[in-house]
Amino acid sequence: MDQVTDGGGQSTAGEAGGAVTRWQIISFAGLVLLLFVGVPVIFGKLPYFITVLTNAAVLSFISLGVWITFSIGRMNLAQGAFALVGGYVTAVLATRYGISFWVCLPLSGLVSAGLGALIGWPMLRLKGVYFAMTTLSLTEAIRLLALNGGDITKGATGIVSVPPPGAIRILGLTVVPPFSSANPMPYYFLASAILALGLIAVWRLSTSRLGWVFRSLRQNEDLATSIGINVARYRVTAFSLCCFMAGIGGAFFVAFQQNIYPSTYTIADSVNFLLYCFLGGLDYLFGPVVGAFLLVISFELLHAVQDYQALIYGVLMIFCMLCLPNGILSLRLRRLGERQHSKT
Amino acid sequence: MPILEIQGITKRYGGLTAVNNVSFSVEKGEIVAVIGPNGAGKSTLFKLISSFVPPTSGKVVYNGQTITGLPPHEVARRGVVRTFQETTTFREMTVLQNVIVAHHLRCSASGLGIYFASPKARADEVTFRDRAAKILDYLGLGGVKRLQARNLPHGHLRALGIAIALATEPKLLLLDEPFAGMNIEETDVAVEMVRGIRDRGVTVVLVEHDMSAVMRISDKIIVLNFGLKIAEGAPAEIQRNDAVIEAYLGRPDDELGH
Repeated sequence: MDQVTDGGGQSTAGEAGGAVTRWQIISFAGLVLLLFVGVPVIFGKLPYFITVLTNAAVLSFISLGVWITFSIGRMNLAQGAFALVGGYVTAVLATRYGISFWVCLPLSGLVSAGLGALIGWPMLRLKGVYFAMTTLSLTEAIRLLALNGGDITKGATGIVSVPPPGAIRILGLTVVPPFSSANPMPYYFLASAILALGLIAVWRLSTSRLGWVFRSLRQNEDLATSIGINVARYRVTAFSLCCFMAGIGGAFFVAFQQNIYPSTYTIADSVNFLLYCFLGGLDYLFGPVVGAFLLVISFELLHAVQDYQALIYGVLMIFCMLCLPNGILSLRLRRLGERQHSKT
Repeated sequence: MPILEIQGITKRYGGLTAVNNVSFSVEKGEIVAVIGPNGAGKSTLFKLISSFVPPTSGKVVYNGQTITGLPPHEVARRGVVRTFQETTTFREMTVLQNVIVAHHLRCSASGLGIYFASPKARADEVTFRDRAAKILDYLGLGGVKRLQARNLPHGHLRALGIAIALATEPKLLLLDEPFAGMNIEETDVAVEMVRGIRDRGVTVVLVEHDMSAVMRISDKIIVLNFGLKIAEGAPAEIQRNDAVIEAYLGRPDDELGH
């Protein structure tokens, strides 16, 4: 990808190199239309598909966080841990203290982010495979913590029958009707809203100077330090943003499934969040979204072949990685590049 | 008052004393060179000044304030900026982006302002882009500013390293082997460039192997050998200094009857 960026066309240089492309705007608008209009119209009467898509939307939101830690050059295998933390925060607050889901949701994100900052501060000094291994053990450590959390987490029995989100009323007006476990549609809309907002937030981040600072950390931390960047602070910022997204996602799934167990997020889930990023393409903001939707949906479609589900899924994945090492989205760029090439 | 004072600085790595009780000072507007044979402790001295490694003892005083023990990004913020020996750049960015990012310390917008692209943040970026282009033109990189840094030829990479450092508006620039691997013509250009930087009001301390370049450019030379300062003075004095000649050429061998 020796492309020369088209800085000439754009004068606001916050993007330092024209990172907001027309393609991104079109694909974002397309995604929003698809999520909020297309899917409800087509699949509105098929609760099973709606459930699958709800899962995919929030899973891609969570792995968008992992994508942020990739942008500072760290491979994060702790996302499952922080999703678990967020989930338990919501579950405990909702069942014990009867706190509304709408308060629990941001609170779960904040608790995860805070914990992430605390743990991340020392841990982010590690690089490469050492950081990845430490985060991997963190996922296991948090699971064990939940398993042995006594009365708070209720151990292996988990926390069950968490009430679904209630209504939101402003000045006596019902803005959001109460959710019920019988109808997945409201959850689907909430999931889509979370994903859309998350995409806008991360998009803004990665195109602003902060995104460039993050990328400078990935490319050379010493050089970044020498130009006066407080490397430790930006690393922790990126990591706790990532944890925030995990916390939000974890809280959502508690409301969606009405339960949480220590095994709700295991190392396999942490690996999956990473995999979505890899498969979609690390260079692209939409990478984790494409990766998550494709993997989640294809896994469900393979239900039909029962015993061979995991096998075919695995072969497909290996095939993708062999043929498209830069992710599925690199397909589009390659074709675009060829077209430009033939023009000149 | 000197802009930089090194006071009895020592760095030990286990049993090895890389820098041993070295003291010297640098006046504002000077070009000072630190020379010495391989392994003399030059690079370690640089890391000590820019606070990339903490000293075992001694301290660095910059503009009357001790900067020893401060984190390196804080030292950079105060105006002491180093370049790297290797051709260290942000490889996956274009040349222009490298220098724009390097304006980090000059941001007037807050973190939130940057995130939400406040008018101030946008104005910052427009300024940075202009200034980056000017710095690149000045260092002869104007023609390659759209290239990815990793595709630049070696000589350009070094200039880019200096461009990145200049973008921070340093008061004291530490150049680590700026002329290494250059032929005579390239060195001539680079020497003029370093003079030009000094003439813009930046004090320069450099570590270098290229003797002829050092002799031409320096106001003062510090000679290190095995971590010790063995000489300090103007180029002409250093050339006549016995200890320096001995360090570079070796001691006359008595047995051979010299």
